[in-house]
Amino acid sequence: MDALLAQVFTGVSAGAVLLLIALGLTLTFGQMGVINMAHGEFIMAGAYTAYVVSLVVASTELSLLIALPAGFVIGGLLGLALEASVLRWMYARPLDTLLVTYGVGLVLQQVARDVFGAPAKEVPAPGWLDGSIPILGYDFPLTRLFIIVLAGLCVAALLAVLRFTALGRQIRATVGNRDLAETIGISTRRTDRATFFIGSGLAGVAGVALTLLGSTGPNLGTSYIVQAFLVVVVGGIGHLKGTIVAALGIGLLQAFFAHALTGSVAQVIVFLAIVAFLQVRPQGILSVRTRSLA
Amino acid sequence: MSMKKLSPYVGWLLLAVALLVLAPAVLSDFRLGLLAKYCCYAIAAVGIGLAWGRGGMLVLGQGLYFGIGAYAMAMHLKLADAGPGGVPDFMALYGDATVPGWWEPLRSGAFAVVVILVLPALVAGLLGLAVFKRRIKGAYFAILSQALAAAFAILLVGQVKTTGGANGLNNFQGFFGYALFDPANKRMLYFIAAGILLVSILAMAWLYRSRFGELLVAVRDGEERVRFLGTDPANVKLAAYVIAAVLASIGGALFVPIAGIVSPDDVGVVASIGLLAGVALGGRASLLGPAVGALLVGYAETSLSEAFPGSWSYFQGALFVLVILLLPGGLAQLLNARRGNSVSSRFLRGVPRGKQAQAELPRSASEAAPEEAAAR
Repeated sequence: MDALLAQVFTGVSAGAVLLLIALGLTLTFGQMGVINMAHGEFIMAGAYTAYVVSLVVASTELSLLIALPAGFVIGGLLGLALEASVLRWMYARPLDTLLVTYGVGLVLQQVARDVFGAPAKEVPAPGWLDGSIPILGYDFPLTRLFIIVLAGLCVAALLAVLRFTALGRQIRATVGNRDLAETIGISTRRTDRATFFIGSGLAGVAGVALTLLGSTGPNLGTSYIVQAFLVVVVGGIGHLKGTIVAALGIGLLQAFFAHALTGSVAQVIVFLAIVAFLQVRPQGILSVRTRSLA
Repeated sequence: MSMKKLSPYVGWLLLAVALLVLAPAVLSDFRLGLLAKYCCYAIAAVGIGLAWGRGGMLVLGQGLYFGIGAYAMAMHLKLADAGPGGVPDFMALYGDATVPGWWEPLRSGAFAVVVILVLPALVAGLLGLAVFKRRIKGAYFAILSQALAAAFAILLVGQVKTTGGANGLNNFQGFFGYALFDPANKRMLYFIAAGILLVSILAMAWLYRSRFGELLVAVRDGEERVRFLGTDPANVKLAAYVIAAVLASIGGALFVPIAGIVSPDDVGVVASIGLLAGVALGGRASLLGPAVGALLVGYAETSLSEAFPGSWSYFQGALFVLVILLLPGGLAQLLNARRGNSVSSRFLRGVPRGKQAQAELPRSASEAAPEEAAAR
């Protein structure tokens, strides 16, 4: 029972990390068809933001709380810059954005290596996240619990923005039908930029959260990005619900197989499970309804 | 025969002269060895040109097939070095000094060659069947192929006792009876790699002109139309994907004796996308572009890394951004523009927005999702 509970917890916390990363990807992929490989480097930028904030702010108790919004803004600004400089010219060729953004990611990685050095940096965790709390006889590390809560808050905030604000309505309209949205007077260009800011900002938040789990290096993003894309594929585009289910599902599967076998075999099995799942539902768990032929 | 029909063969002849006559005459043994390595990448690049340039499938995980060929070859060389019944050195180091059962058949060189040619075809065939028949395409296919390469690399690192783990397999003494430290044999390996590269380009020239080649381009530019005309696009894509996989595997197999090492770094996500750099630079849809681009990128990587360590990431990143953004047809586009035929494919120019976003959705999207768009 304890072992099972431990695995469920590990799985959910791994799923929460994936969810934080995949939220931004789903947004930009669903709305613009853009596959942003530099998303991983926005995560890295968020993590380095946390590192810089921890250097500037003396109190480790506060630095995390300052780093979270700072990471959001840094990630968002990077996303805006990427959209304005490169991606806006590429909307006619969505598949090609993958390689272009990969190139941008390579450059960002090297910049991080040149600025911060290749060795990984440690960001001290605040004291109030030290230790663990026992639930049902199992000790839950507070850092992982914090990430689960953070992922939940981000999802809630994003849902609220999408449902209740004018921007959210514009985003939903643009995802639903870009031409019609344009016709009723929505500036889809502006909406695209806003979506990119939010999506990339969430990557920054994820990066800050990741500093709680391990050290920060230039390659931080690359280790997560492939799995995050799998979450997007399995979840289906255009729906947050699918992404949430997919992230938690993949996290849980990974945790169970990693416990029963080894971590590396678990990755392969999860991949095969995903291919098998796509046989049943090629469009992912949930997908926007369209009349498209292709 | 018109000039236009002849011109690819003129280019091929120039490349053949450069690789088989010029390079061995002017390059030192060390440089020739490096060129041999680029040729291995170029063989994989020729396959990528077929799948991506002609077929429109963004194959992000060719490292998997490169790795299958490379590891099959490396395992055979290790076993051959150890002698009949012997145990490869690293196994004694990490493990219990017994050869696992699935290694044993690779003692036979002939079997290793069969594995190098058949296993990638089987893996690509199975994955392709699963993916293309379900009409999973575009970004979805790209992401899946990339995840497969990532999973393969992780698996290799995890099984240190039988695959050498993160260090990979290295320190090979012989290649089918030829001592690898002998410079003459290294030159022979170069000629094998360059020869296979040239032959594979010729094979592509023939494929591109065949009915299959025409169909493949048709599938790339209008998959639905091909379907309506009564041909299953999945079969066409599958064939192209399998050929690309086998070419990558051959490149990987030759890479091992030439480079003297194969490690998970050569097969993972970064290596897989690295293979695309040359294809994009040279011109993905052209005949010679992928091979020439791969040779150029290999050369640039070595010389830039020698001159300015750490700068290669900037250059590779800039290359991806600038080439894909400004020159989607690669260097071949420049040549064509000078001759007056501009790039006319939708694939390279792109499709206006609105028509695009929804074309990315797999088929059953229209039947499924019974709930209204409530989650948003």
